[in-house]
Amino acid sequence: MKNPIGNLNKIFDSRIRLGVMSILMVNEEVSFNDLKTMMEVTDGNLASHLVNLEENGFIKVHKGFIGRKTNTTYSITKAGEKAFKEHIEALENMIKGVR
Amino acid sequence: MDSQHQPLETLQDIKRMMERSSRFISLSGWSGICAGVCALIGAWAAYSRLGRFNVYYREHRHDGGLYNAGQASTELFIDLIWIAVITFIAALISAFLFTYIRSRKNGVPIWDRTVQRLTWNTLLPMAVGGIVIWRALEFGYYELVAPGCLIFYGLALVNASKYTLGEIRYLGYGQIMLGILNLWIINEGLYFWAAGFGVLHIVYGIVMWYKYER
Repeated sequence: MKNPIGNLNKIFDSRIRLGVMSILMVNEEVSFNDLKTMMEVTDGNLASHLVNLEENGFIKVHKGFIGRKTNTTYSITKAGEKAFKEHIEALENMIKGVR
Repeated sequence: MDSQHQPLETLQDIKRMMERSSRFISLSGWSGICAGVCALIGAWAAYSRLGRFNVYYREHRHDGGLYNAGQASTELFIDLIWIAVITFIAALISAFLFTYIRSRKNGVPIWDRTVQRLTWNTLLPMAVGGIVIWRALEFGYYELVAPGCLIFYGLALVNASKYTLGEIRYLGYGQIMLGILNLWIINEGLYFWAAGFGVLHIVYGIVMWYKYER
């Protein structure tokens, strides 16, 4: 039998990265500030996790302006969606396996 | 946190994040109760104003000559519009107040994206309904006001249910049903209006309070 834990994505071990992905799954585009408020984390902490997700090709960054202020928004990529769904499936399988 | 050892907790966490980021969940049951009470007071005010008009009408029906039916009904019409406007504003303010208090308690910003989406998706059907009802009034179809209010408000709630606690959908179904029923029992608009905006709101508010805030 295949080990169900093997399907868990190491990148989603972090609660913050998992949270960001959850939010981006149900919202088309979310700004840095909104993510910060929802995750209740500091700028630096969130930024490093976002860079990690971006480098893995799971999220896309859009840099824009509102007036003169920069407005950075994030959205999920196809690859990110796929990885996230597989991660959820793996979690579900683990629960089923326990029973 | 190590997600590998608590898959169930992790899944619940994911669900919570999804809900919290896409739905406004601080809508308070007290808002429903207060809006319902405002509606009942408003309906009572309209009822007694109509009663006074009917007494006046009966007393002066056989006067002939100087009796000014047109002026009396214009005054009635203006008073009823005022009652409706005041009721609407009072209900809105009290509903907003309790939800504001609850969202402060939950630590959710009151004007975030979920609220913007909720507001837009509620106000759109209501505004369209308002225009339809306004035209109905201009054409003198007063009987259509109550069912129109109920139906468009019900549709607004069903639409809003995607952006807040999903149970509000059932309140919407209730309003739509009452509104459609009212289309056939056409002269009892005030009772249907009081049942929909008053009683259903209060019942909904109590259920929601019991379920989430107790």
